[in-house]
Amino acid sequence: MSVQNSLTSVQNSATRAQATPASPLLLAHYTAVSCIGRGRGEILASLREQRSGLAPCTFETVTLETCAGEVPAVDEERLPQALRDFDCRNNRLAQLGLRQDGLAEAVARSAARWGPRRVGVFLGTSTSGILQTELAYRRLGATDGALPDDFHYATTHNSFSVADFVRHALQLEGPAVVVSSACSSSAKVFGSASRMIEAGLIDAALVGGVDSLCLTTLYGFHSLQLTSRLPCRPFDAERDGISISEAAAFALLERVPESVDSNSVLLLGVGESSDAYHMSSPHPQGLGARAAMAAALQAASLEPGAIDYINLHGTGTVSNDAAESQAVQALFGTSTPGSSTKGATGHALGAAGALEAVICALSLQNDFMPGGANTRHPDPALQIEYLLRNREGPVRNVLSNSFGFGGTNCTLVLARAG
Amino acid sequence: MPPLLARIEGVGLLGPGLLDWARSQDILGGRSPYRLQATVLPVPEGLPPAERRRVGQIVKIALAVGTQAIRDADANPTDLASVFTSSGGDGQNCHEICRVLAQEDRQLSPTRFHNSVHNAAAGYWSIANGATAPSNAVCAFDASFAAGLLEAITQVALEKRPVLLVAYDAAYPSPLDEKRPIADAFGVALVLGPEREGQALSSQEPSRARIRVSLADAAAECLTDPQLESLRASIPAARSLPLLIQLARREPGRVGVEYLDGRSLAIEVL
Repeated sequence: MSVQNSLTSVQNSATRAQATPASPLLLAHYTAVSCIGRGRGEILASLREQRSGLAPCTFETVTLETCAGEVPAVDEERLPQALRDFDCRNNRLAQLGLRQDGLAEAVARSAARWGPRRVGVFLGTSTSGILQTELAYRRLGATDGALPDDFHYATTHNSFSVADFVRHALQLEGPAVVVSSACSSSAKVFGSASRMIEAGLIDAALVGGVDSLCLTTLYGFHSLQLTSRLPCRPFDAERDGISISEAAAFALLERVPESVDSNSVLLLGVGESSDAYHMSSPHPQGLGARAAMAAALQAASLEPGAIDYINLHGTGTVSNDAAESQAVQALFGTSTPGSSTKGATGHALGAAGALEAVICALSLQNDFMPGGANTRHPDPALQIEYLLRNREGPVRNVLSNSFGFGGTNCTLVLARAG
Repeated sequence: MPPLLARIEGVGLLGPGLLDWARSQDILGGRSPYRLQATVLPVPEGLPPAERRRVGQIVKIALAVGTQAIRDADANPTDLASVFTSSGGDGQNCHEICRVLAQEDRQLSPTRFHNSVHNAAAGYWSIANGATAPSNAVCAFDASFAAGLLEAITQVALEKRPVLLVAYDAAYPSPLDEKRPIADAFGVALVLGPEREGQALSSQEPSRARIRVSLADAAAECLTDPQLESLRASIPAARSLPLLIQLARREPGRVGVEYLDGRSLAIEVL
């Protein structure tokens, strides 16, 4: 197929999907915290060792036979006294993320340069601080059934609380919103933030995702029989479900300056689509996933062959990985290397998109493609080039998939500046 | 900075004493009195019977106003991108999950779990309408209407394509309602279309007005009618009322809807 034909077919399948941004944006700074490490250095080292952070779940009072990716010492994090009403595991994890790799300082410099009203906050979460409510329901008043006085709905339970906490912690006053579209949440924030920058409402955006372990997701995915007893094995012939984890991941987006370091990472494209198929199962042929990938490529003005590495959504359920591999194969054929890093990090749900964007940025800056941890025998029915081992080599353009309940799909394309 | 302009192509509305957009325009325009009565939620259209039984109030109100708006706009939902915004999602469902998780036996219903996602209404909308276009699901607590409008209008202005905005809230049951009182269910939907060159001003046609949106320092103004003001203040999605009233008056004007930090989103009806 010629380049032109291939592009036309990509554009045709993308007609209903959405393509953002019009021009590339710079990831001026980025960091993450996950069960495989705090900050870029530890995460990169874990990926290089193909180390998994998944372990039998000992979270809270959970008695499920499943593995989880718990971030150590989250609850040792102390919020500033002035923000104590925000105190909950999700906001502690957010703060832990902001403290890594000088992220908060980089945001402060951006706010000083552009003004606090010109820096927006766009974060994804699926469950926010719902754990706080789960715990409070164990302490309802014996006579009146009321929630305890120390329960603060707005600043913990509510989906917006994580963005509200972050903008208060960093003293930002620009537009802010939480995207809560299940497991695509913190990929979609890249699209919302890009549009706000492009519309001229802001000059910089802190984007990211924060999702923390809670009983709703652990028992919920278990009720759907979607959790594995073992550490998840994406794309393995014997895969049998997900491992739930938690993470905080952030990136500071700005317009690309006239002169930029060649090792910088750019956001080239965001593609979004809906399956319109089922609340908790993907379209069996991955049509929505394909449309999102095609839209992201179109926004990036790249043909599929230009992508060096695909960070798959790859949750490790039988149906998700089957649908995604069909979508990838339809667009890319069978030779583009890809892997799911969820075998290492677990599935951080609403934080997965941003966490995997950070992993993609590390891949680009270190010419390194992470092999999928835990996976031993790639499913021969899933005909894509699944990386079992790390691969070193030039990485210029990468694509990252995030799909969620409700049939929501989002794909990011990131690239090295030079 | 390019102006954030859009054309309102269709409106949907359902709330306490507001049966639909067509029957609410005289009330909101001050031409007939407002009488408070509990919101009546219709059975959702387009979903298979099993799904219809499973969905909560929040999905019912979102689907009802979305359907009204696309009919008003004569729009095809299949190709229409959408933005769903809610201050809290399905409170009843959330209460049931927390109640079960506080017990010894934590057997959750799988349907309750997949309905617990904030984008449940967006998902059911896409399934009911075969809508494969992108859909976003956002939250900004009491500023959720303004934040949703900003998300939708930036899509319209930059991508030159229509977007359906649906803002909706429903009450929490006890004991959550004591911590987060939301008076009743309220939903509003707008089909926003890209501004076209040379289009005549049309504030005379309330569903066909043009709007320009910008960030403003001023606080959102209160409504003069005390009952409507009480409605505006008691349900986050009803923070949209200043805009709906301006549209129902069928005249140009500028209103402010609540945004963050005591500031507002200014909406000029042109």
